[in-house]
Amino acid sequence: MCATCGCSDEAGVRVDGTALPHEHSHEHGHSHHHEPERTLRTVSLEQDVLAKNAALAERNRGWLAARHIAAINLMSSPGSGKTTLLERTVAEATGLSITVIEGDQETPIDADRIRAGGTPTVQINTGAGCHLDAEMFAGGLRALDPQEGAVVLIENVGNLVCPALFDLGEQARVVLMSVTEGADKPLKYPHMFRGADLVVLNKVDLVTYVDFDEDRFHADLRTINPSAPVQRVSATRGTGMRDWFAWLTEQAHSAGAAAEPILP
Amino acid sequence: MHELAISEQIVEGVAERMGTARIVGVRLEVGKLSGVLPDALRFCFELATEGTTLEGARLDIEEPDARAHCRGCGADFSTADQIVLCACGSAEVDLRSGTQLRIRSVEVM
Repeated sequence: MCATCGCSDEAGVRVDGTALPHEHSHEHGHSHHHEPERTLRTVSLEQDVLAKNAALAERNRGWLAARHIAAINLMSSPGSGKTTLLERTVAEATGLSITVIEGDQETPIDADRIRAGGTPTVQINTGAGCHLDAEMFAGGLRALDPQEGAVVLIENVGNLVCPALFDLGEQARVVLMSVTEGADKPLKYPHMFRGADLVVLNKVDLVTYVDFDEDRFHADLRTINPSAPVQRVSATRGTGMRDWFAWLTEQAHSAGAAAEPILP
Repeated sequence: MHELAISEQIVEGVAERMGTARIVGVRLEVGKLSGVLPDALRFCFELATEGTTLEGARLDIEEPDARAHCRGCGADFSTADQIVLCACGSAEVDLRSGTQLRIRSVEVM
């Protein structure tokens, strides 16, 4: 195992099972004959820690824009229903040319679920990683090779903390949460909800069975993110899909794709 | 635990600028709304720097408050709160700073 980042052949990042080449070096950059008597000096750097990720994200954004592809970064806790929402989306949003990038720590289970419906899908396994980053997304795009005018739905690793920090080069961020998780999620994970362009509230068919204060959820969300629209859906029952598909169609249009309106 | 990934980016960023120079100190600016915990970062920094030119380097972290502008009443204000509300009660604010993660300087031997 690599002592620097904990990666290994078993646990490193894989795109459809193949290891992604490491772009960072782990070489020993100095000899061990240090000269302690030399004087110290301070060098001003003033650079963003995530500058490299930001640059790669911009490169992805440019690549996507040139091909009129709308990339949507879908984030949530584990078990909120991201994959179920995607399954229904690829099955029913037939006016859109949808392709999918699945991010999980391990297993191709999610990609297999989406592929079963015939949709081009790439699985990224992050191994020890808790989020997708711009380099992984670029690797996923190379493997996926989406056609011009496509919509790339990215299912990020289930986690409401880390993915918020890493720009992938996506066009929009969707935060999904389900009523079974409790209404306090926006306040507990402000960073994630602050960056959302759309919030999707899933499993609304269960709202009468759980203690979910929907008014409080909306009020709290508005203190974190005053402008993101909220859509109520049940991905298993098909509730609210029309609004979700309409939003995706808008995204495809704003990327310059000639998407058909969807009227299920 | 994104602090490990953040630490790796720090090591890479410093190595890119400073080459093989031996680094004995790193000064960071971690905004209060950056989503990064300084304590977790210190822990991960030690792991990430092992066997690199930054091994054993001291980590100094500045944690400035966020700055925001209220679209409702026009006030400029600073806050350490994760939920950025103007004193007038409005959440319609533009964040001017607070999410930054910057390498300010390094100390070189």
